[in-house]
Amino acid sequence: MQDKIADSLKGHKADYIEIRLEESQATRIIYRGNRLEEIGRTSSLGGNVRALVKGGWGFVSFNNIDKLGGKVGLAVKQARIVGKEDSKFSPAKPVTDAVTAETKKNPLTVPLASKKQLLDEYNGIILSTPKIQTSNIGYSDGQRKVTFANSEGTYIEQTKVDISLRLAAIASENGQVQQVGLSLGSQGDFSAIEGLQEQAKQMAQRAAGLLSAPQAKGGEYTVVLDPVLAGVFVHEAFGHLSEADHIYENKRLQDIMVLGRKFGDKHLNIVDGAAVPGLRGSYKYDDEGTLATKTYLIREGVLESRLHSRETAAKMGEKPTGNARAINYLFPPIVRMTNTYIEPGTLSFEDIIGDIKEGIYAKDWYGGTTSLEMFTFSAGEAYMIRNGKIAELLRPVVLSGNVFITMSNIDAIGNDLQMNQGGGCGKGGQSPLPVSNGSPHIRIRSCLVGGS
Amino acid sequence: MERIMSQAKKVAEQAEVFQISSKITPLHFEANRLKQIQDKESTRTALRLIKGGKVGFAQASGSIEPGTLVEMAVETCQFGMPAKFNFPNPKVYPKIDVFDSQIDAVTIDDMVELGEQIIAKIRQHTSEILCEASVAKGIASVHIINSEGGEASYNKSFFNLGLEGILIKDEDMLFVGDSHSSCHPILDFGPITEEVIKQLEFAKRNVGISTKSMPVIFTPHGVASSLIAPLLSAFNGKSVFDGASPLKDKLGEQVFDKSFFLWDDSTLPYQVASYPCDDEGVPGQRTMLVDSGVVSRFFYDLQTAALANTQSTGNGSRQGGLPTPSPSSLVIGKGGTSFHDMVSNIKDGLVVELMIGAEQGNILNGDFSGNVLLGYKIENGQITGRVKDTMVAGNVYQILKQLEAIGNDTRWVEGFLLTPSLHCSSVSVASKAG
Repeated sequence: MQDKIADSLKGHKADYIEIRLEESQATRIIYRGNRLEEIGRTSSLGGNVRALVKGGWGFVSFNNIDKLGGKVGLAVKQARIVGKEDSKFSPAKPVTDAVTAETKKNPLTVPLASKKQLLDEYNGIILSTPKIQTSNIGYSDGQRKVTFANSEGTYIEQTKVDISLRLAAIASENGQVQQVGLSLGSQGDFSAIEGLQEQAKQMAQRAAGLLSAPQAKGGEYTVVLDPVLAGVFVHEAFGHLSEADHIYENKRLQDIMVLGRKFGDKHLNIVDGAAVPGLRGSYKYDDEGTLATKTYLIREGVLESRLHSRETAAKMGEKPTGNARAINYLFPPIVRMTNTYIEPGTLSFEDIIGDIKEGIYAKDWYGGTTSLEMFTFSAGEAYMIRNGKIAELLRPVVLSGNVFITMSNIDAIGNDLQMNQGGGCGKGGQSPLPVSNGSPHIRIRSCLVGGS
Repeated sequence: MERIMSQAKKVAEQAEVFQISSKITPLHFEANRLKQIQDKESTRTALRLIKGGKVGFAQASGSIEPGTLVEMAVETCQFGMPAKFNFPNPKVYPKIDVFDSQIDAVTIDDMVELGEQIIAKIRQHTSEILCEASVAKGIASVHIINSEGGEASYNKSFFNLGLEGILIKDEDMLFVGDSHSSCHPILDFGPITEEVIKQLEFAKRNVGISTKSMPVIFTPHGVASSLIAPLLSAFNGKSVFDGASPLKDKLGEQVFDKSFFLWDDSTLPYQVASYPCDDEGVPGQRTMLVDSGVVSRFFYDLQTAALANTQSTGNGSRQGGLPTPSPSSLVIGKGGTSFHDMVSNIKDGLVVELMIGAEQGNILNGDFSGNVLLGYKIENGQITGRVKDTMVAGNVYQILKQLEAIGNDTRWVEGFLLTPSLHCSSVSVASKAG
């Protein structure tokens, strides 16, 4: 195969060409209530070619991996129609490597019957909780082997195993429907989703509790976010704005996002990196063959660097950070986050909530999205804070902010960093890409909360 | 497909093979110029078995040995759900026009020109705007066969034209955009540029808005980005059967305003969400969901319909796995009030053009809560500017129970929703600026 790929890359007039071939297998199990709704297996074989000519790109994706030479020819032809300037693409030394999946308990070796037994158990716990109307469970695991080669002589094989699990309990009473969910994931370790019996039970009880909980009144609050929700916050509020593909062609945004700009207080440090090992967004090489790094987006409150592909880095005169990722062979790589987190500070949870007269404690995540400047993120669980104490349970809240205001309104950072592995990120039609997010508890002043 | 079917029939009581092949050519424009041309070809084959009364499922993208696919599906059968349905074998399918051979005649050069023209038109209005545009064309072929003698196949063509603009002044970002889809080539970009220029005009200056309940007009884009997700969840036959829909006991009851009509329709000619048969081979149809405010039907696939003791509405859709109920084209009935008159009748209110994050609330309960990415303030019957840092929250059942007015400005949004603007009397608005 290696020779066949090398041959097909030869003899084309392009500034850069890459080929990606991908083989994957996956299993998916879905429950709705006591019905096992779906249990299915999928397999996939396909690939793509991407070519760069004079700054323009051609991209061809296919299932039939024969006749690669013709596909390379088509991608080059398309790129030539587009290209009208000089190509800018960060230089890289050729690499030859084979990276195997690191799996503690590989889900592919766990029999289907055992997977079903575990999920049956969680489902039973949820459904036996009073006031629970139904449940939703979605489990999937998959192995993906990617062969990457480019016209610079790089040839990399990487295999990854990904697992994700989402449990949701749905409570219903008098026409009211409330739900609480739990999302977990792992790169290759099935045991990460074992032993959740107690969590499943608490989740179901909380969903039932929400039926009688009041809704928050809309307005501005001092909010405290738990590590899970603060992780989603940092991903949405700042992570996406750090992706250089939003910035590299936009002069005005470059002025706003100039390195050295102050975004927060000295206690604020934000990191992204696939080189942080063992997490769901971890890898050795990105989908352009660049070695993974660990990047400080914000150090001591100041914008230090951003996330790059080889093209965005070259155009901005900065270094590639190994953040070019493609969800699968149907898409070209674009700049994505990997494992994104706020570094821990020194405060305890009591320090953080102690002097709040009235505020909201928001926990766990339901979703999040951003338009770069404005963003929203929603909590799976929320409580009022009154006189420095956690008070009554609230219906889940949706929070919103503006990056230029909200980041500097973070006025307390806890000492209890936790990473959440249950996330999936969407961008440019590529979703859900495995990522992880994390943070310690943080406090934000004047955060906008939607409500009645 | 026949080889898979003949092998599957040997091991299972019933079998169904579904195959979709597509070829799509998208062009992407970035920062006002052409950036990338793509060519995507794909084939996906799915096998559904009923063996021992249980459903098994396997799917392959790209080539796979028929025997391997059958083995994979058989392995899942032992754990699968009990099959409550038989594969259909209708004698006749409605004739739905979803293919226009003119798609083939559109060249890459035509598409490049279209993208360049649409960007030029917007920059003529606002020279400092940065536009992303996409021009895409494609053809998909669907083929379904089952062991009960059912067979269906059709070709669909599609064309999509979209534009998103970002305008940055200091630290203020304005996002505008629109897109259109059709089975015909879209060569007239006028409606898109008119819409985007209208948005730019309305958003020329930023104004503050107070935190309180007020009248809100949801434009067609606003309806799509805030109210549709909760409604789809509630009318999904599966949510209803699970008891997770607030409408589960409301069939035949007046839940919405008398002037509110909602239906699903896969028979509209040359609409990208139309089809002669759904992904299980059930004929496409028009299904009234809300008739004069009364809940009249939910939408179903085969299995869910059988569980609920009713008929499939031809809404079985494959989103990567087994068929599941999903809308085709969703239509909200047109009203009689112009957008201008709606605005004129509001003293102090808000127009929601686009929300982000609204689907992240508890949509099961009908709640939505999101940030107004693009919205305009109404003062004394006039739009006076753009509001920012503002959230809108509500519950679709409360909001749609009594509508002030329904627009006559009905249009397609996101290729699957045909809706007018809706004028709601009182919606909770929270803002930082106020």
